[in-house]
Amino acid sequence: MQTPDPAQIHSALADATFRACREAAISLPPDVIRAIERAAAAETNPIARGEFANILQNVRLAEELGVPLCQDTGIPVVYLSLPPDVPVSDALYHAVSEGVRCATKEVPLRPNVVDPLTRHNTGDNTGNGMPAIHIRPGERFTVTVLPKGAGAENSSRIAMLLPSHVYGIEGFVVETMLHAEGKPCPPVFLGVGIGGTFDLAASLAKEALLLPVDEMTAFEQQICDSVNKLGIGPMGLGGDTTALAVRVKTAGCHTASLPVAVNVQCWAHRHATVEVKL
Amino acid sequence: MSREVVQLHTPLGDEVLDLRAGDHVELSGTVYTARDEAHIRMQEAGIPFDPRGAVIYHCGPIVQNNRILAAGPTTSARMNDLSGFLIERGVRGIIGKGGMGATVREQLRNRGVYFAFTGGCAALASSHMTLKGVLFEDLGMAEAVWVIGLDRLPLVVGIDAHGNDIFDAARTHAAEAFREFSRAKGPGGPGKNT
Repeated sequence: MQTPDPAQIHSALADATFRACREAAISLPPDVIRAIERAAAAETNPIARGEFANILQNVRLAEELGVPLCQDTGIPVVYLSLPPDVPVSDALYHAVSEGVRCATKEVPLRPNVVDPLTRHNTGDNTGNGMPAIHIRPGERFTVTVLPKGAGAENSSRIAMLLPSHVYGIEGFVVETMLHAEGKPCPPVFLGVGIGGTFDLAASLAKEALLLPVDEMTAFEQQICDSVNKLGIGPMGLGGDTTALAVRVKTAGCHTASLPVAVNVQCWAHRHATVEVKL
Repeated sequence: MSREVVQLHTPLGDEVLDLRAGDHVELSGTVYTARDEAHIRMQEAGIPFDPRGAVIYHCGPIVQNNRILAAGPTTSARMNDLSGFLIERGVRGIIGKGGMGATVREQLRNRGVYFAFTGGCAALASSHMTLKGVLFEDLGMAEAVWVIGLDRLPLVVGIDAHGNDIFDAARTHAAEAFREFSRAKGPGGPGKNT
């Protein structure tokens, strides 16, 4: 097996990252739009119906005008799928960062990344571990960009439940939205990670958001229905729709543990996957 | 509760006292964006525009080539403790998302209203906007005060001048629904998974 030229990997990955950032900022994936349209058609609260009308019109306008859906273009969370002939190295991180810097200037994205203590803005959405990059082996060489806005990310929670309290998982998810109210820009998508360890549960919760959101298992539907009974509604103004979908990912865990993480995602569930062509 | 869409134009006057929480409004005229930093600066250095009848927009837009590209609302609750002086000086309207606390609700009583604009709808917002100027530009793009011309921006009255607060009503409903959920599905409840 021949290893591709490093310079070629760099430019192809930087370019693919740039394109994924741009697509994610401007267009919603089809399953996300389907989930919003379905809920909009079923919503009975007149104020909530107005919010849905604004949301759907905003989605159309952003696409037509080629501008970001939301001024909070988030911070980029990046998933790389690497085929066997592409080696893991620092070069991948540099290439992704270059793509993000370029997108920040040209899309444009709002520079959101700051030092956590001094709060100094780096100006280009990179620096000190940012963007967060997760690498997985795969068949094809792809880059997925999931921009996370702050309102929704700030409402996310994790708990180490008692292993005898499996029944408490649903309550923890519902309580997360009770506390969140209108802050994460509902109607939301909820990624739930169950099992693993403290950190793995959080990763699973975020990855669950990348599952198709226009389908749910019976368990996910049950949690979603319970969240919707809260009646928080679009933007916290009240209504039938607080959550558009709940998706769950699980991993084996210690017999004495039950980690549960909820990653909250606003209705503008932006993500895009682009193939890196070598 | 839902009536005809009310047309409003800045500067706002006593017509805001007729609005009720839940009313749909289209606002035209001039708004001033302000987030945390701009509020602090205005408290220290004074308000750089005529506050009488003015409308504040909680927003940190993306501006490119003197054009408002994306300008959805930011979370208003961050400005809960920073808004009283503006209302006292004559500000009649605040636009944002997520609602504001009980203190602001009282400050608005018989004076002004809080309008909700749909969070995340930055492209929709900018399609109703023209950039007219900028104040406190040294605060940076997100925190500066942008002077924006509005053409019929669609809003909902979230808090009216009579203490009605649609966010608080939803919050109360959610708390009651959660108590009900806990009774049904908590430890020992019928939903218990054993």
